[in-house]
Amino acid sequence: MDAILLQIVNGLDKGSAYAMIALGLTLIFGTLGVVNFAHGALFMVGAFCAVVMDRILRLSTVSVDPTRTDFLGNPLKVETPYVQTWFGDFGATLINYSVPLSILLAIPVMIVVGLAMERGLIKHFYKRPHADQILVTFGLAIVMQEIIKAIFGANPIPQPAPDALRGALDIGLWLGFEANQVIYPIWRFVYFIFAVVLIGGVILLLNYTTFGMVVRAGMADRETVGLLGIDIDKRFTAMFGLAAIVTGLAGVMYAPIVSPDYHMGMDFLVLCFVVVVVGGMGSIPGAVAAGFVLGILQSFSAMNEVKAIIPGIDQIIIYLVAVVILLTRPRGLMGRKGVME
Amino acid sequence: MSGNKLNRRGLLKSGAVLGAGLAMPTIFTSSARAFTNEPTGSNVVLGFNVPQTGAYADEGADQLRAYQLAVEHLNGEGDGGMLNTFTSKVLDGTGILGKRVDYVTGDTQTKSDAARASAQSMIQKDGAVMISGGSSSGVAIAVQGLCQEAGVIFMAGLTHSNDTTGKDRKRNGFRHFFNTEMSGRSMAPILEANYGTDRKAYHLTADYTWGWSQEGSMKTYTEAMGWETVAAVRTPLGATDYSQYLTPVLNSGADVLILNHYGRDMVNSLTQAVQFGMRGREVNGKPLEIVVPLYSELMAQGAGENVRGIFGSANWDWKLQDDGTKAFVKSFGEKYGTPPSQAAHTGYVQALLYADAVQRAGSFNPCAVVEALEGYEFDGLGDGPTLYRAEDHQCIKQCLVVRGKENPTDQYDLLEIVEIVPAERAGYPVDHPDFQGGDLGACNPGA
Repeated sequence: MDAILLQIVNGLDKGSAYAMIALGLTLIFGTLGVVNFAHGALFMVGAFCAVVMDRILRLSTVSVDPTRTDFLGNPLKVETPYVQTWFGDFGATLINYSVPLSILLAIPVMIVVGLAMERGLIKHFYKRPHADQILVTFGLAIVMQEIIKAIFGANPIPQPAPDALRGALDIGLWLGFEANQVIYPIWRFVYFIFAVVLIGGVILLLNYTTFGMVVRAGMADRETVGLLGIDIDKRFTAMFGLAAIVTGLAGVMYAPIVSPDYHMGMDFLVLCFVVVVVGGMGSIPGAVAAGFVLGILQSFSAMNEVKAIIPGIDQIIIYLVAVVILLTRPRGLMGRKGVME
Repeated sequence: MSGNKLNRRGLLKSGAVLGAGLAMPTIFTSSARAFTNEPTGSNVVLGFNVPQTGAYADEGADQLRAYQLAVEHLNGEGDGGMLNTFTSKVLDGTGILGKRVDYVTGDTQTKSDAARASAQSMIQKDGAVMISGGSSSGVAIAVQGLCQEAGVIFMAGLTHSNDTTGKDRKRNGFRHFFNTEMSGRSMAPILEANYGTDRKAYHLTADYTWGWSQEGSMKTYTEAMGWETVAAVRTPLGATDYSQYLTPVLNSGADVLILNHYGRDMVNSLTQAVQFGMRGREVNGKPLEIVVPLYSELMAQGAGENVRGIFGSANWDWKLQDDGTKAFVKSFGEKYGTPPSQAAHTGYVQALLYADAVQRAGSFNPCAVVEALEGYEFDGLGDGPTLYRAEDHQCIKQCLVVRGKENPTDQYDLLEIVEIVPAERAGYPVDHPDFQGGDLGACNPGA
């Protein structure tokens, strides 16, 4: 029982990442009708915002410590971050909280990157076949990851969570299990809460604001909304920016879980497309639900008891579910009628 | 008329000229095709095949820097590095056999097919007479096979699977780097001394040749000292989130987690294991321990403080205090500003060993080089007294047990050397069962 509970909570944070990325994909597909294969790159750019913020906060003065030597026997160069020099302990706290602080950097960066991507390239492909969109966005993703690699190198760059959020929670104790039976890292719990708040915020925005209602109306019938004198294109472009922010923030907060490297976007991209297809193309609740469900299923399938029955099931479970869903419900779990049919 | 008369002397002269004339193309042909890419000009080309793109690109870049340094030293530039400490003194900074050393590079992308293609291009197009490199056993084994077929020497770079000099060994291929058997042998006494004999181990293993080899060796030695293997779970190469593989460890009753992962896999699995509170967690009345059988300095940087206190093994470390290491670190550090990684060290050493073998053999012919390297004993290259064993082309030498440092002074000071395990203990008999099924075959000089 404790093992099952452990896999459920374990699937939540993975599911959170899938859900947030799939939500962004769905927003773009639902509004602009674009199959964006560069979406994983936005997740990666978000994670590197955490790296950049950390480097900004660690910009240092260099002094020489004659009492210590470096590997060549020369006097050791000691770096002291400016924020620590200026603000003392508060500066050290800022560095410690660099990942959550990166949200402040990531929002404008993702808006700029998202809009540049949409206005600079993708808008020219709105009326082209999906195959063209896939090719050009996939190419864009490769270009973006090569740029990141050229700047930051190919090695993963660790981004630790703040000290206070680094340990693990013994959630089994809360539920009446013995100590150390169900352990869950605090930061993954934070990530799950963050995902719930972010996804909830987007759903509230779409359902309870005038902007959201216009966008939804545009998603349902673009022409009619246009005939009402509403500049729906501008709002759809804004939705692309919003999708970039959601995906970027998913990447920022994921940095302490998986050390950012240039390839991390590609690792998530294909899985998230499957999530979108299972959830139903164009369906926001479908993408979110499918993200969490597939995350948890993936965790379950990695249990040794399950793998003993079907070896290798952990590698194919998501695709297997996708096949079954598409055979039984071609629109996906909550797909909209007429979308990609 | 006597002038036109064909006498015996004239007949012999004419016959000699005619014979020489007829034989000329044959002489040229046989000379040109004595062996693949025989250097005929004033230069000789070496091919360095390392990952320049992909997940191991940084490690490949470090290896490439070391190869470039080796070429400089062979050509008499720079401070000479380990040429000054190498026990063989036949290399004098005038290239190899008086020919200036040039090099070409290929990108393996850490993919066997790409690595074979780039090696083939360097051999056929650029005329490389030797190929060196690798950052993955799968790649090294593939390229070693190609070099055997093409008739050039392969001086393996970073490859740690037993199979490279076990079932996949080749007469034209040589490995300086240690292997999983040597890791297991070296680490077992340290693990026993620190963690005791009553332990339950859980393996997470990268699902490819190196992972299987590493898991096998660790199982052999840990089970021999009384540890029980609770489970050995294969994880896909290149996975990012290991949480679904880590959580079953918590309920397995295991009190040691052995991560048979390398590179980015190691960074992610170790970081996440620490996040799950595994290190030091009480299990069976003992603290749960993590072991990383093969360390890489560059990846230790990626894992950051998570490596602290964790045991592993290494082929070489820049903090060794022998003269060879000091000379190499000085050369490399002054040129590039960072200490060299073990991947860089093994590449540099392999380049020097090849050049030395050619010089001693007096020929670039691969079969002469093979003869010069087989059973060759040397010292002064940072690994203590070393034997290039004739039977399997494996260097039998010291290797290191290392541990993540608790209080590093800088970003390069991440691992501390716990023990320098001498060759007598790290080495293994040539008839070891894990290395059977292979055959060096005959040396192939090519055309």
